[in-house]
Amino acid sequence: MSSCTIYKRELSSYFSQPTAYAIIVIFLLLSTGLSFSFGKFMTIGDASLEWSFFFWHPWIYMLLAPAVGMRLWADEQRTGTIELLGTFPVSTWSAIVGKFFAAATVWLLALILTFPIMLTVNYLGEPDNGAILAGYLGSFLVCCTFLAITMLVSACTRDQVVCLIVSVAICVTMVLCGYDDFTREFGKAASPAIVEAVISMGVWNHFSSLNRGLFRLQDVVWFVTFIFACLLGTSAILSAKRS
Amino acid sequence: MIEVESLTKQFGTKIAVNNLSFTVQKGEVLGFLGPNGAGKSTTMRMITGFFPPSSGDAKVCGISIVENPAAAKTKIGYLPESAPLYNDMTVTGFLKFCASIRGLSGSAKNDAVERAIETCFLNSVALQSIDTLSKGYRHRTCLAQALLHDPEVLILDEPTDGLDPNQKYEVRQLIKRLGKTKAILFSTHILEEVEASCTRAVIVDRGVIVADGTPAELLEQSGTGSLTDLFRAVTSSDTEAAA
Repeated sequence: MSSCTIYKRELSSYFSQPTAYAIIVIFLLLSTGLSFSFGKFMTIGDASLEWSFFFWHPWIYMLLAPAVGMRLWADEQRTGTIELLGTFPVSTWSAIVGKFFAAATVWLLALILTFPIMLTVNYLGEPDNGAILAGYLGSFLVCCTFLAITMLVSACTRDQVVCLIVSVAICVTMVLCGYDDFTREFGKAASPAIVEAVISMGVWNHFSSLNRGLFRLQDVVWFVTFIFACLLGTSAILSAKRS
Repeated sequence: MIEVESLTKQFGTKIAVNNLSFTVQKGEVLGFLGPNGAGKSTTMRMITGFFPPSSGDAKVCGISIVENPAAAKTKIGYLPESAPLYNDMTVTGFLKFCASIRGLSGSAKNDAVERAIETCFLNSVALQSIDTLSKGYRHRTCLAQALLHDPEVLILDEPTDGLDPNQKYEVRQLIKRLGKTKAILFSTHILEEVEASCTRAVIVDRGVIVADGTPAELLEQSGTGSLTDLFRAVTSSDTEAAA
């Protein structure tokens, strides 16, 4: 109940300010722009969205997801409203959940608004729509993972800019970690065990299979566990800050 | 109504509140005085459940804030020191949010919001965005938030700070009026406020109580008939503390 109230407040706050609109418009421009330019959506002649469309999402999210999540706790701490929230009869956990889902909803909306590309690919060819939906699920999970990381960072600082920079740095690392070109270069310098460990920290390992339309439970579990751990960490940091 | 039992708060090696005990009965308005940094806000933050105490306990209407924070918090209305508010909301929107989080809904919520707006003279700005409000209105909006659920206990951290003389007068009258049916604890550095609206006052210095009594008793204790003299005699100034 209280999570729901907080969720509604956060969501309306995203849409009463330019934040959500700006993020959604930029995301739509970048995702379709990249698909049609570097993604070679038209010339590749492949009736799937794997490489032309979804491939770009983690690269966009690593920069834009922190912009959505950075205010969640940083702003609350800067303006002191955390003191109101902390003295309302709500648990920190329900506030965390409410805020997280509000930010995730903004991204869900952004993803839903990419529907014209799905219509286009269906018009041009006969794609496997199940695979496309798995791609959407993977993309959304990557985004939620980055949001959860941003939330964890925003609990540590009252400065949104610091939160943005640190979160982007972590997200960029997670994108690069599992990226083939990077791991190949890295593999020349480090032992295979270390390379393996680094790859497992990256998002590609888990995103790629969903993106190919291969729904593996372990990937979903990995994302959900990661998100849950970040939210738990947020709760621990917020409690530790008060004591 | 408020029973504070050996409340202690330690930040690192610094003891902010040292073994503080006092009670506030129903129908009593307790003025909480002391120099800046004496531990007033920290004490209030512990009673309202924002800070967990290092040791000791505070009971609100017989409910321990340490053992059962959620239940105790429903009994308290709290005005934090800087009157923090969500700047992106309107006054009514903010009050409705606070009412929902307090578990009010439907007509009970609307009635509570209307009543709080009237009590705090917010009619003229009810639909205005909070970031356009003057300091006096911001303070009153935050005070209205504390009154929404008609709490039995009110904890007000410097409720008249930054208000003009007319607004100060209004707030003091309001405290006096509310004090007849509630237990009120409010902090201030303005000594005349004690005579104007308190039934009892305590003076704290460096986390301990150094004087306690009705305004008349405190005046007597001062020897000169001036609260300022008593305040200066029993508390230490910043410059002394540094020396």
